[in-house]
Amino acid sequence: MLYREAGQFKSSYAEDGRIFPIRQDRIGFALLMLAFGVVVPLLANEYWLKAILTPVLIFSLAAIGLNILTGYAGQLSLGSAAFMAVGAFAAYNFILRVDGMPFLLALALAGLAAALVGVLFGLPSLRIKGFYLAVATLAAQFFIVWVLVKFPWFSNHSSSGVVTAQEVRILGYAFVSPEAKYVLTFAVVAVLALAAKNLVRSATGRAWMAVRDMDVAAQVIGFRLMRTKLLAFAVSSFYCGVAGALYAYTYIGTVEPEGFNLDLSFKILFMIIIGGVGSILGAFLGAAFIVLLPILLDNLVPALFGDALGAGFASNLQLIIFGGLIIFFLIVEPHGLARLWQIAKEKLRLWPFPH
Amino acid sequence: MARQSGDVIVDLRNISLRFGGVKALTDISFDVREHEIRSIIGPNGAGKSSMLNVINGVYHPQEGQIHFRGQLRRRMEPHHAAEQGIARTFQNIALFKGMTVLDNIMTGRALKMRCNFLQHAFYWGAAQREETAHRLKVEEIIEFLEIQSIRKTPVGRLPYGLQKRVELARALAAEPHILLLDEPMAGMNVEEKQDMCRFILDVNDHYGTTIVLIEHDMGVVMDISDRVVVLDYGRKIGDGLPDEVKNDPDVIRAYLGGAH
Ligand SMILES: Nc1ncnc2c1ncn2[C@@H]1O[C@H](COP(=O)(O)OP(=O)(O)OP(=O)(O)O)[C@@H](O)[C@H]1O
Ligand SMILES: [Mg+2]
Repeated sequence: MLYREAGQFKSSYAEDGRIFPIRQDRIGFALLMLAFGVVVPLLANEYWLKAILTPVLIFSLAAIGLNILTGYAGQLSLGSAAFMAVGAFAAYNFILRVDGMPFLLALALAGLAAALVGVLFGLPSLRIKGFYLAVATLAAQFFIVWVLVKFPWFSNHSSSGVVTAQEVRILGYAFVSPEAKYVLTFAVVAVLALAAKNLVRSATGRAWMAVRDMDVAAQVIGFRLMRTKLLAFAVSSFYCGVAGALYAYTYIGTVEPEGFNLDLSFKILFMIIIGGVGSILGAFLGAAFIVLLPILLDNLVPALFGDALGAGFASNLQLIIFGGLIIFFLIVEPHGLARLWQIAKEKLRLWPFPH
Repeated sequence: MARQSGDVIVDLRNISLRFGGVKALTDISFDVREHEIRSIIGPNGAGKSSMLNVINGVYHPQEGQIHFRGQLRRRMEPHHAAEQGIARTFQNIALFKGMTVLDNIMTGRALKMRCNFLQHAFYWGAAQREETAHRLKVEEIIEFLEIQSIRKTPVGRLPYGLQKRVELARALAAEPHILLLDEPMAGMNVEEKQDMCRFILDVNDHYGTTIVLIEHDMGVVMDISDRVVVLDYGRKIGDGLPDEVKNDPDVIRAYLGGAH
């Protein structure tokens, strides 16, 4: 079957507004969802589910959050990990302190708590831009982690500062196995990714992009800068917050504030740079890439070169490749892997008749 | 040119605007009547763009008053102006570079859309209905300005003349009462200018939109304006019908002696 839109005429503006206007894409996407939602949890082994697929989904969610703020609304942030921390510790405390707190409600509240903190740290964006705003979010990164360490209440006075996520139960079913945790993560991420896609293709997304591209013109059209920017901070932090809670509850199980450090914030930033700034798909591609590359290198390097190059080589190589790729994408293709994918599809649409 | 002008809709009284030591506007008064095409002309740096920025709240004059439909406006912000039905285009195109033509024009509808972000996140239902309804209106404008074939093109890839047209489309999408146009024909060839003139006259004619126009091409200005204000070094040196202004000795001197 050729990848073609020939003969597929859009007969209404609603059809024209679809996420996947081409039928082959819709079928492909449905198959992809089926594969990752049903087939993968049935077939994949524990290592893949626990160490690769679940974290990729969680990081994708955080990357979507950062992409909303940075890619769509144009506000650079280096505090994503801190908002994840807010989500993780909020979920922990809601479940700990409220009897019978349903997990999904705790997840939503964790997101809301992060959103609230996000709005607070978004206030400087009304006055400062670009580099200076990045520095302000950097301050948020350190301040939030410091608060979580400083006040032991947040970690329920655990002596080490490390907290262990409680068992996840929804309607009496305990999500203990890697398969169950993966499926739960998948469901939450799928729903939120769809909501994000809807947001960015509607008036809210246009407002964000308008403010990003030309703020004076946006104001003249009638957008309120404050409202638009703060909404971006709120929604972005909500996504990071939920990602943080999932990180604690369906991925690593035990978390401490310092785990959500600047390194993690940068990792998420690299995900959107490599995956594609201003693209929901890009968040997934970037997250997958950054999780998979080290694993790939760990396996590939010894296979290709044996032990001759020493143990440190693979991890150094990894840093070199990351650095190179980030420079490449920043300079050559700011829209990242998502854009490369799009170009490939456009080529395919014409293939095999290139004109 | 037998258009019917109506009541005074914008009344500017003794406007003065300074940037530090630079006097951009000094004691300027003039008015704009409903349904007219009111042009502002003057040499480079005369303060024409500043005047538009004062009218829609981008700049706040240190002195003077602005009456809008007979009411005094105090410290109006740009979004207030938009809510009052004032739309504009910019001298240096101010399109949203990362968005398509269609999305750019859709932003012009922003103030008319009611759904909130939660409805947008859900999309199906109210948000989609609203989107489709406004898309219909936007398609009308796209057809009117003859830009159907570039709907889905990112605006950054368009040639200059088309970008100007898209910017006009975005302003028209708001269905404004007053349209402020800052040199909409600058840098265009004769044919493009003719098209733009036709669009401006059509908008004025069909929708009765009041138009404040800044333009350097005297032929165009004299042709399509109802009344003309002349600025020079931030002062008003002429005001009246095109023919009166054309023959005003002060105006002739400013144009012959000025940077033009
Ligand atoms: N934001 C600003 N800050 C400082 N000075 C400004 C600003 N805007 C305008 N000016 C100054 O005000 C004066 C009038 O500028 P304005 O842009 O209004 O002129 P203009 O008549 O539109 O000129 P042109 O024909 O070149 O567009 C100029 O001296 C300009 O330098
Ligand atoms: Mg100007």
